[in-house]
Amino acid sequence: MNIQNYSPAPLAIVAEQLSKRYGDFVATDAISFDVREGEIFGFLGANGAGKTTAMKMLCGLLKPTSGKASVAGFDVHSQVQELKRNIGYMGQKFSLYDDLSIEENIRYYAGIYGLGRKEIRLKSLDLIETLGLEQERAKLVGSLPVGWKQKVAFSVALLHKPKVLFLDEPTGGVDPLTRRQFWEMIYEAAGQGTTIFITTHYMDEAEYCDRISIMVDGRIEALGPPAELKERFGAASVNEVFYQLARTANRTE
Amino acid sequence: MGIAVTIEHLNKSFSKTAAPAVNDVSFSVNAGELFGIVGADGAGKSTLLRMLTTLILPDSGKARVFGFDVLNDYRDIRKQAGYMPGRFSLYQDLTVEENLHFFATLFGTSLEANYHLIADIYKQIAPYKDRRAGRLSGGMKQKLALCCALIHHPEIMFLDEPTTGVDPVSRKEFWMILTRLKSLGITVIVSTPYMDEAGLCDRIALMDKGTILAIDSPANLVKRFPYDLYEVKASNRLTLLKILRSHQRVLSAYAFGEFAHAVFTDGTDLSEVNVYLSAAGQSGIIIRPVAPTIEDYFVYLLQP
Repeated sequence: MNIQNYSPAPLAIVAEQLSKRYGDFVATDAISFDVREGEIFGFLGANGAGKTTAMKMLCGLLKPTSGKASVAGFDVHSQVQELKRNIGYMGQKFSLYDDLSIEENIRYYAGIYGLGRKEIRLKSLDLIETLGLEQERAKLVGSLPVGWKQKVAFSVALLHKPKVLFLDEPTGGVDPLTRRQFWEMIYEAAGQGTTIFITTHYMDEAEYCDRISIMVDGRIEALGPPAELKERFGAASVNEVFYQLARTANRTE
Repeated sequence: MGIAVTIEHLNKSFSKTAAPAVNDVSFSVNAGELFGIVGADGAGKSTLLRMLTTLILPDSGKARVFGFDVLNDYRDIRKQAGYMPGRFSLYQDLTVEENLHFFATLFGTSLEANYHLIADIYKQIAPYKDRRAGRLSGGMKQKLALCCALIHHPEIMFLDEPTTGVDPVSRKEFWMILTRLKSLGITVIVSTPYMDEAGLCDRIALMDKGTILAIDSPANLVKRFPYDLYEVKASNRLTLLKILRSHQRVLSAYAFGEFAHAVFTDGTDLSEVNVYLSAAGQSGIIIRPVAPTIEDYFVYLLQP
């Protein structure tokens, strides 16, 4: 890397030797990495590689056994509440209430994140307009196509302007056109400075990230921009890189 | 080559107000074919498979499996078909071995009689044969479900999204198993939301909102893409798509991994596009032709 004209963005996530043990089992084994502000970081690994454990520690949901980490400037050991207020999360399973309308879901989550009454009203109007859902605002979320649900869930996860957004397999099961619209929403958020931390099983998805890490048996075995990893492993796709690394894995879920 | 499945104008709705789940679908599948149904959640894949496996009744239209009608001859179809549903539906509180014996007995056969069919897969779960099915990992459950669906040596297998939520290594193994089933002469119909798996099928049907948008071999489908496609890369990916779309000669531009894929009007001077992107603040610009994939063709079909 050319140090002279490289001005690094501040770091949004820093992990140093982060570990989680359950008895003799080391779920996450001394992982170290960092993510810059506004970066789209793909966090890959086979089933049972330790991704979920690592992500839970970074979200402040699980105490690390050892090692250090900070997210949005807050320590995962000592500043868990502040950390949670500064991150957003969108899960693998759809995370809105099916029997509330779009508008009710937005207001509900905005309330949980502590937005004021007036702000909630403005934000929900704004969000509905941006998504072009004026006609559907009163519809129950359960009746929406999957792609729309995901777009709403993504926007809701950003309501409180989190510094870091965690996306856990966000585009599973959507059609390729909707998936691209979803990625443009991710680009947009990243462009505004939100750091995106995304886990996925789908390696073509990884190609959209600025950098990716690949976990095998609790450790990070490769880390870098997709293009660089492909070159390093002599592979045509991230899928091939992953396969070369993950087939050596000893453990499954 | 015989015909395994024929479907004519098949329809299914679940409510009068909502759009139909399957809307006037017609196609056929050859015996011995590995046939993929590719589409998003809600496209109608599961509904279609459940009509073919005689689990739900069509509202109208005809479907036959090896000449047997899904309405009148459902018993004959059930003897010949194996079905692996999208949701794990074995008995969670029976062990691996008990589940297998149970399904073998239901079909009047035994684990031993057709062991050769499942041997490769069963070997991988055999160490856990005394474990209750509910306590297996996702990948193991999936292998057990496949064994149970195969134990009566079906002529045709229907698999509903067998690889959803499965990591790339297990997915690859699973597709190797499907290829092996095909080599044993079993017709395989498999649904998936993932484009990269589509390329492994003999033929695929692209499905959206209850209808089939296209059916062909993967190689022929990409030939149907009607434009010259280009991949574009530049320093600021976050703004690249917007800038591209603001250019008058760009017909469409969308994200595609580390690149943007773009289609230009005929006779576009690419060096002019390059200059345009530079003027908009981009650097390190690459614009070069690229072969369309099934995903590009699917995006093309879905674009309004």
